[in-house]
Amino acid sequence: MTHVLPDLGPNRELHVPSTVERTLANGLTVLAIRRASVPLVELRLRVPFARAELASSSVLTQTLFSGTADKSTVDIAAALQSVGGALSAGTDPDRLLVSGNALVTGLDKLLDILADVLTGATYPGDEVQTERSRLADRIRVARSQPAHLARVALLKRVYGEHPYAVQTPTPDEVLAVDREALADLHAGRVQPAGGTLVLVGDIDPDAAIAAAERALKSWTGDGDRVDLPAVPPLAPGPLTLVDRADAVQSSLRMCLPAVARTHPDHAPLQLANLIFGGYFSSRWVENIREDKGYTYGPHSMIEHSVAGSALTVSAEVATEVTAPAMLETLYELGRLANLPPKPEELEQARQYALGTLQLGMSTQAGLAGLASTYAGFGLRLNYLAEHADRLASATLADVAAAAARYMAPAGAAAVVLGDAAKIESGLATLGPVVRASVD
Amino acid sequence: MLPTTHYPVERITLANGLRVVLTPDPSAPVVGVAVVYDVGIRSEPEGRTGFAHLFEHLMFQGSANLEKLAHFRHVQGSGGTFNGSTHFDYTDYYETLPGNALERALFLEADRMRGPRLTEENLRNQVDVVKEEIRVNVLNRPYGGFPWLKLPPVMFDTYPNAHDGYGSFDDLEAATVADAAEFFDKYYAAGNAVVAVAGDFDLETAKALAERHFCDVPARPAPVLPDFAEPDLAAERRHSYTDRLAPLPAVASAWRVPDPLTDLAGYLPYVVLAEVLTDGDASRLVERLVLRDRAVTSVGGYIGFMGEPFAVRDPTALLLQAHLPPGGDVEKVLRTVDEEADRLATDGLAPGELARTQARMVTHLLRDTDAVLGRAMQMAVLEVQRGEPGLLNELPRLVGEVTEEQIRAAAASLTIGRRATVEVVAGGAS
Repeated sequence: MTHVLPDLGPNRELHVPSTVERTLANGLTVLAIRRASVPLVELRLRVPFARAELASSSVLTQTLFSGTADKSTVDIAAALQSVGGALSAGTDPDRLLVSGNALVTGLDKLLDILADVLTGATYPGDEVQTERSRLADRIRVARSQPAHLARVALLKRVYGEHPYAVQTPTPDEVLAVDREALADLHAGRVQPAGGTLVLVGDIDPDAAIAAAERALKSWTGDGDRVDLPAVPPLAPGPLTLVDRADAVQSSLRMCLPAVARTHPDHAPLQLANLIFGGYFSSRWVENIREDKGYTYGPHSMIEHSVAGSALTVSAEVATEVTAPAMLETLYELGRLANLPPKPEELEQARQYALGTLQLGMSTQAGLAGLASTYAGFGLRLNYLAEHADRLASATLADVAAAAARYMAPAGAAAVVLGDAAKIESGLATLGPVVRASVD
Repeated sequence: MLPTTHYPVERITLANGLRVVLTPDPSAPVVGVAVVYDVGIRSEPEGRTGFAHLFEHLMFQGSANLEKLAHFRHVQGSGGTFNGSTHFDYTDYYETLPGNALERALFLEADRMRGPRLTEENLRNQVDVVKEEIRVNVLNRPYGGFPWLKLPPVMFDTYPNAHDGYGSFDDLEAATVADAAEFFDKYYAAGNAVVAVAGDFDLETAKALAERHFCDVPARPAPVLPDFAEPDLAAERRHSYTDRLAPLPAVASAWRVPDPLTDLAGYLPYVVLAEVLTDGDASRLVERLVLRDRAVTSVGGYIGFMGEPFAVRDPTALLLQAHLPPGGDVEKVLRTVDEEADRLATDGLAPGELARTQARMVTHLLRDTDAVLGRAMQMAVLEVQRGEPGLLNELPRLVGEVTEEQIRAAAASLTIGRRATVEVVAGGAS
């Protein structure tokens, strides 16, 4: 028998599940999607949180479920568990996100408990003290991790005075947050207007929306809409070097400009990024990992925030090859910015981009995450079908133009975290270097 | 009544001994393909720590009909994603793809099952990549390898159970192409492998495709599975080490549990007990150690050093691990764990406590099967270890049938004398 790579079967058209949507009287938009694969329901509540004070927001996520007038932390957790459920909260500079899931038979209970905390979280003093201490401990651990420190340095370098520049509070800031600050933040910002609730699972969408309306109708209030300024234009310049004495690896980070999901350049830029370093079969990964063995998991990706988008490039490389790895990174960016990719490189990236759209929608949790994220940008799941069309029709010239416009290494902001005594002179051969600290 | 799943299960064995598990599901136009080989960290040769994992990397470096890089390009160029991972008792290789790429994935897996392209150049390249992987995950970060690499050498005495599964740099650098060829011949036999496919395909078509692509993989029998048994601990064991990057103290303890394969009924109560103790704010140890005593900043509990209760063989353990606030008292934490285990054994559970824990466990079990790949991987491992992929459908019911008496008995077995503990001294506290 000969062994020849089989052709792909016929492409199956992208099927985007239908969404039932209703905006409730309190201003909350509810999106419900049926995927009956397992008897569960996924919940995502997204509340706009731009400019909410950082330390208080962080502590609020850890204490939102710490008590109501008639329930303790343990009561709330036990009630959720009894329907196979759990809820947790997190923030970024754009939004507060409550995420959870439960057995689908527990949807009403899940919504009732969510409503209880949204309308009546009490932020009990003892629990606040416990949770802020735990959060301070977690931040201490994060600050000992190179990936976190490199991220902190890159955000500072890229965003300057913009609210995106600092996304993790210090332990001391967290320890100073008290019950009053949390109650004020909750009263001022944890409000339904402008928020979205996504429910996905083995549900009847209309009934699920009715259940959400019943549970959440007493959640009211609408503060002023708070917007962020657009992010500042990316300012290229010297490489920022942050010392981490005795580090056995260096963390390479670069930021390049990018555009919002709705911008005509987005699909071509996504494809250009894939060709560069956005998936395993990319030039950069094949170069610095599979050819040179400098690194394990290099990756580049486009990150979208409400106030702006960015293309970030990340690799952890052995200390002794830091400058060579940076050289290859600059080379691959410069090559793509100056020479069009080969047609087969584009087709491979295009197939990957289209295929992973299908994979992302194939689970309840995946659908819930996509629907919630897009809603935060005023988009709905039908965006995926439109985006698929744009990916399918992007030409080689479109992709080359996007690479030239956005991916030129001269336009990058770069940060390296590592053992400065060992890597600074090598990095300085490639361009100017300035030292910075993350404290 | 706790819900369950009803995934269909079709098992076939090809003439060369390869087992194939098929579980069709048209609910999304995607397929998950998992190939599991019955070899893991415990089987790697002495002097070759980390070899099972290094070899996993070599399985991606080309094969008879595929150049280096071709595997990645064909999977991703079909719209799919891939990876592989090495565990104590098995090694898996997998893809998730749009349904129209199923045949291509089977071709790719069959080609490397016939034999990877083992070259000196690729071996040296992947030794470098693996060293960077170890630096990322162990050496350049706090709590690297805690506790999955740090606790086995405290708890176990024999090389298969106790050694460092990521490997020493010396051993990795000493590995040869001949070692790899020998390892492949012995362990990557058709009779030692399972292919599982889940997702959107026609059953008869998939059977024919599996037959077409895998039928000429040479028949080699599975090697005899070594006996990894060790006696239970006769006395407490303790070890501590300083982590120069760690800002907080940490501690992990483990107790042996019944054989997951030969005594599933005796083993399941421990799986549930780990959750009773640590799942969520209403669990025993979170309530006591985190919320009441503030003795720890986080606590977790699970079965098996990689936390996969239904993919591990004996000997294995129930683990509890905690991070402490700066200056925290490890002895006090250990004493409190003993007290809570004793209280559970003596006083039993509160009304509703077991049922709610089981309900949450069922949600986790169901959620893990929603992705076609999760389903394929779990069924492949259940087939390779138990010959029973359909057990996946039974797990929610089996978890739900664990009784309070069983939980109390399991808790009673968490004694000091059976405990192995490893403690992290915070060398990075500022």
